[in-house]
Amino acid sequence: MATDPRGLITEPAVRVRDLRRSFSESGGVLNGLDLDIAAGEFVALIGRSGTGKSTLLRALAGLDRDVAGSGRIAVPAKVSVVFQDSRLLPWRRILDNVVLGLRDPGAAARGQQALSEVGLQGRERSWPFQLSGGEQQRAALARSLVREPQLLLADEPFGALDALTRIRMHALLRKLCEAHRPAVLLVTHDVDEAIVLADRVIVLDAGVVRADVQVAGRSPEELRTFLLEELGVTR
Amino acid sequence: MTITETRPRAVAPDIRVVRRRLGPGRRIPYAFWAGPVLLLAVWSAGSATGLISPAILTAPWDVVVAFGEQWTDHDLLGNILSSLQRAALGLSFGVAAGGVLAVVSGLSRLGESIIDGPIQIKRSVPTLALIPLFIAWFGIGQEMKIVTIALISMVPIYVHTHNGLRGIDGRYAELAETIGIGRREFVRHIVLPGALPGFLLGMRFAVTSSLLGLVVVEQYNATAGIGHMITLAEQYGQTDVIVVGLVIYGVFGYCADSAVRLIGRKVLAWRRTLED
Ligand SMILES: Nc1ncnc2c1ncn2[C@@H]1O[C@H](COP(=O)(O)OP(=O)(O)OP(=O)(O)O)[C@@H](O)[C@H]1O
Ligand SMILES: [Mg+2]
Repeated sequence: MATDPRGLITEPAVRVRDLRRSFSESGGVLNGLDLDIAAGEFVALIGRSGTGKSTLLRALAGLDRDVAGSGRIAVPAKVSVVFQDSRLLPWRRILDNVVLGLRDPGAAARGQQALSEVGLQGRERSWPFQLSGGEQQRAALARSLVREPQLLLADEPFGALDALTRIRMHALLRKLCEAHRPAVLLVTHDVDEAIVLADRVIVLDAGVVRADVQVAGRSPEELRTFLLEELGVTR
Repeated sequence: MTITETRPRAVAPDIRVVRRRLGPGRRIPYAFWAGPVLLLAVWSAGSATGLISPAILTAPWDVVVAFGEQWTDHDLLGNILSSLQRAALGLSFGVAAGGVLAVVSGLSRLGESIIDGPIQIKRSVPTLALIPLFIAWFGIGQEMKIVTIALISMVPIYVHTHNGLRGIDGRYAELAETIGIGRREFVRHIVLPGALPGFLLGMRFAVTSSLLGLVVVEQYNATAGIGHMITLAEQYGQTDVIVVGLVIYGVFGYCADSAVRLIGRKVLAWRRTLED
């Protein structure tokens, strides 16, 4: 059970028990997965391609109503998803995309604020096709943050970015997460990214959690070697 | 040897690599008028050289003369306005009905099962064949004419809007679900803009269909309208007046279609297609 800084036992923001999901084509993808994420905790999820990371994320986001399976999932009321593609509506300008569906009077101002937080001030009136891939991804991040979620689910959000932008985005994401304190589950293929960003790293394999390590108190080198071994990369 | 020598020598400015263009390329100014003007030129040339005899097709200048006569002696403007009003009324009802039906049947399985079948059946029955029935129901007045035009223009709007709506990328619906917006906002932000290209295509068909309907319904007991004018001219054997009517229909159709395309270019500014 997760503990807060004072050592008190708190209710986890996310609780998953015995989660199973299967596709008729590929059989069981998640095979009895258990997972807890504390409020405000940043968890990175790594695992080989095809091990079910996206399937888990979609289950948490409630987007898998047509997938066969069982298990119990509890997530907070306000969940936001950053997809691997930016998924901006091509027919709405950037600011309208960011504040999509928000109806409170301060929404536009908060949208502009979020856009400047991700370094896109001045691009409010652009169409999505006029933005570069990384800029589109940042706009998508702004769209998630402006909703102040209690749980942020991100599926390889930085996959398409160059190394430099990636580093800038890491710093940005950490800063924003410290400010808004959502629980985060971030899927990545990059072990270093996981170590830099997360409080805890989970390795998924064959549809169950294979390893679950806290980042604090370990040297990055040691963690890196451990995680690569768990992923099956032996050196 | 100095370092500066190893720099590439400055070449002529502004050299770029350009790929051969496979799309249609840039817009040509006034290209819009080129086709119709060419058509007119061929017609004029044919009439002037006697290749097109006046018995087959009246020469353009005779059409102009006939136009003037109709304008001054037979209230051509009144006829035009009366036809335009009929077409516009019928078209607006048809477009509204087609659009609403397409959205309802596109978004709900129940709606689809109730609406889609009858519309497909209606499609395969030519509306013009229904006119006798409509005359029995609505009489031979304005109502029958507007209903016919509305029905005839509703079908393409329905078909193309429905098709456009169902073609919207499912990932946008997924996004809408994750940000938790309601049905109405889903329709407003995703369904309507996503189906707009289809709707506009349907609109192009609907505009021409409404003119087609106009031609037919105005042969029934009309006291004004271009169709009425043509019917009279037919009885008196005035080919030139018939051609005046046909030219007016052509101009209506061409202008309306161009207007729809122009609007399409403006409201679809978010797209990057071969059109631009
Ligand atoms: N809609 C689907 N229909 C059938 N099989 C699917 C579907 N979605 C995923 N799968 C299968 O489930 C397995 C897990 O897929 P998932 O997308 O969760 O993998 P992943 O861990 O996210 O991989 P990657 O790192 O490549 O994104 C794969 O074998 C995939 O083929
Ligand atoms: Mg994936």
